[in-house]
Amino acid sequence: MPEQVLWGMEVFLNGLMAGVLYALVALGFVLIFKASGIFNFSQGVMALFAALTLVGIMEGQVPFSHLINAALGTDVHHFGWHVPAFAAILLTMGVMVLLAWAVNQFIFRHLVGQEPIILFMATIGLAYFLEGFGDIMWGSDIKKLDVGLPQGINGMIDEVTYNIFGYGFFIDNLDIWATVIAALLVIVLTIYSQYSKQGRALRAVADDHQAALSVGISLKFIWVLVWSIAGFVALVAGIMWGTKSGVQFSLSLIALKALPVLMLGGFTSIPGAIVGGLIIGVGEKLFEFLVGSMIGGATENWFAYVLALIFLVFRPQGLFGEKIIERV
Amino acid sequence: MKLKLITAAAATLMAAAPAMAELVFPSLSYRTGPYAANGIPFADGYADYFTLLNERDGGIGGEPIRMVECETGYNTEKGVECYEATKGEGSLVYQPLSTGITYQLIPKVTADGIPMHSMGYGRTSAKNGEVFRNIFNYPANYWDGASHAVTHILNENDGDISDKTIALVYHNSAYGKEPIRTLEELSKKHGYDLTLLPVDHPGQEQKSQWLQIRREKPDYVVMWGWGVMNQVAIQEAVNIRYPMENFIGIWWSGSENDVKPAGAGAHGYKALTFHNFGTDYPLYDDLQEYVIDAGKAAGAGDQVGTVLYNRGMYAAMLAAEAAKTAQEIHGTSAITSEMMRDGMEALEMTEEKMAELGLPNFGPEFTVTCENHGGNGYGAVAQWDAEAGEWNMITDYFQSDQEVLAPLIEADSMAYAEENDIEPGCD
Repeated sequence: MPEQVLWGMEVFLNGLMAGVLYALVALGFVLIFKASGIFNFSQGVMALFAALTLVGIMEGQVPFSHLINAALGTDVHHFGWHVPAFAAILLTMGVMVLLAWAVNQFIFRHLVGQEPIILFMATIGLAYFLEGFGDIMWGSDIKKLDVGLPQGINGMIDEVTYNIFGYGFFIDNLDIWATVIAALLVIVLTIYSQYSKQGRALRAVADDHQAALSVGISLKFIWVLVWSIAGFVALVAGIMWGTKSGVQFSLSLIALKALPVLMLGGFTSIPGAIVGGLIIGVGEKLFEFLVGSMIGGATENWFAYVLALIFLVFRPQGLFGEKIIERV
Repeated sequence: MKLKLITAAAATLMAAAPAMAELVFPSLSYRTGPYAANGIPFADGYADYFTLLNERDGGIGGEPIRMVECETGYNTEKGVECYEATKGEGSLVYQPLSTGITYQLIPKVTADGIPMHSMGYGRTSAKNGEVFRNIFNYPANYWDGASHAVTHILNENDGDISDKTIALVYHNSAYGKEPIRTLEELSKKHGYDLTLLPVDHPGQEQKSQWLQIRREKPDYVVMWGWGVMNQVAIQEAVNIRYPMENFIGIWWSGSENDVKPAGAGAHGYKALTFHNFGTDYPLYDDLQEYVIDAGKAAGAGDQVGTVLYNRGMYAAMLAAEAAKTAQEIHGTSAITSEMMRDGMEALEMTEEKMAELGLPNFGPEFTVTCENHGGNGYGAVAQWDAEAGEWNMITDYFQSDQEVLAPLIEADSMAYAEENDIEPGCD
């Protein structure tokens, strides 16, 4: 098989894997938008906050230590213990639930019935608040995140493809794990929303707020629930991206990678986020591989948006989005 | 009553005391935003050195130092706002720690007669002091860095790299593109093949670039990155099992922040530098005594001795030495920004002077003149020891290829002079 074809296949597979990582971020957006009609600008920052909290708990870091030391003249930074990854993930989830409650209690409870643009603005404010809050709580240094996920080339795939094609494919172990985890996440979310009482309530609210309220579904509870689930998705995305690059402020920028996925897959569809992520991942990687070198490279950021725009022109609601029908 | 008496006594004392001039050093820092992890140690080092001078020596030449910190968030517009907000305070020199801000401030500081020092960043051709009269970029600039990397590769290959391939992985911005022309010129001279691999901001996703590196197997990879781009690139290099000793970053890709997230895999990664590392210098004893133990350290005081802390401290030290030189030239301790510029233009850093300052073998020797605002272009190569968790210099300071760089600087600076109607010269 010609080298170019083999390389193209490798790029395709890596594009799929990258797409899963994008989809993980996009999922959080979809969950909140579907349930409340809010485009959550702070989803990327939630991923950062979740990852910061996870590392902080794992390392036994004293939250707000700089503030405490400045105010009390102390010199405390660590509790002196290390928390195992699994327990730290559970504790972080608890923090994200608390955050979900606080967000609804102090912000969205007061904005029920407001225009979507007002709710969107509120999430912008929330994003900037969380950025600063995360900094003050855990510090702004770059933190290594190791929850035990393997990284680096998968030796088996390398060997098998080498034996078949004479060229070993590079697939990152972390990407394989991300794919497995994303698949599990989608299955669990689907089962939860289809078969659990809360899940059905969640879908009812997503379909029609007023109708859901009229049959006694608590909007407040549903919003806390959906923000908690989005917080969990943010934590998963934060773990995956944070393992790649260390936990640092730039994690909040992964939201930029989710936007074309949402444009393509639709804002209201979980499968749309996954399929959109895969199309964007493969599309941008193949374009860079085939065309990038001819036009100076670094095409991925903008090409993802071009691809999304093309889909948007022909299907404004996205591939899997609900068709908007307004009757006179 | 007692309070009134104390207030009156204080007022009398203040009126009777001689007027003290302050030496104002603005610090355009970034303690927030995506690059805060790098901005904080630099800003802390910069501040702590001035605090040391105030606490130990009573300032510079008897004049107390006042540092004015302004948060830029590494945002060019905010940086310009900071400049406008602080220039009226009697600011002596600006060090914005951002190539973008530097470019925006070049015409402004020139018009306002305030010097600017872009140490290891900014516009490379500002080395030509005949054109850029208020801009200084000693002791080394980006083009020096590109040449240092190639010289190091030459030294590792007995002076022949005509059959080698070098890939440049760079931040797709004005900063990242700086070394391209130099590397292309050096490629003509030494015969190596150059592959350019741009990475879009912020650089969290670099799979395409590193798959290409895995396919094409360049002999060396040189990196011009900043922030998250560095950590991701080093991790990707580890993932594809690229030999780390053949991976060389510019000095902005060579701090602890860049290598620690990749753990043991980053062992052997190299970076260029124009100053030394660690805390094993007499100056640190003074810093400990007068600043850290006294509870006067900047920020949280947890950055002391890191690469970027040392760089910030070095930047402050060079500013202080230029101020001393200005005081000597003009015979007054209360210097103005114009006098500061003269001091910077006459700055000479020798090993003897560095040893006196408590920093022996810390930075290269260099001389600044009207024609040459960039020093002598000396740099070194450092290597990361992941087990010990420290950077070690593995070469002495060596000079960049002036034969190639001088014409490039001349051409670029003259083009700027023509565009901006500047008559080059030293008057």
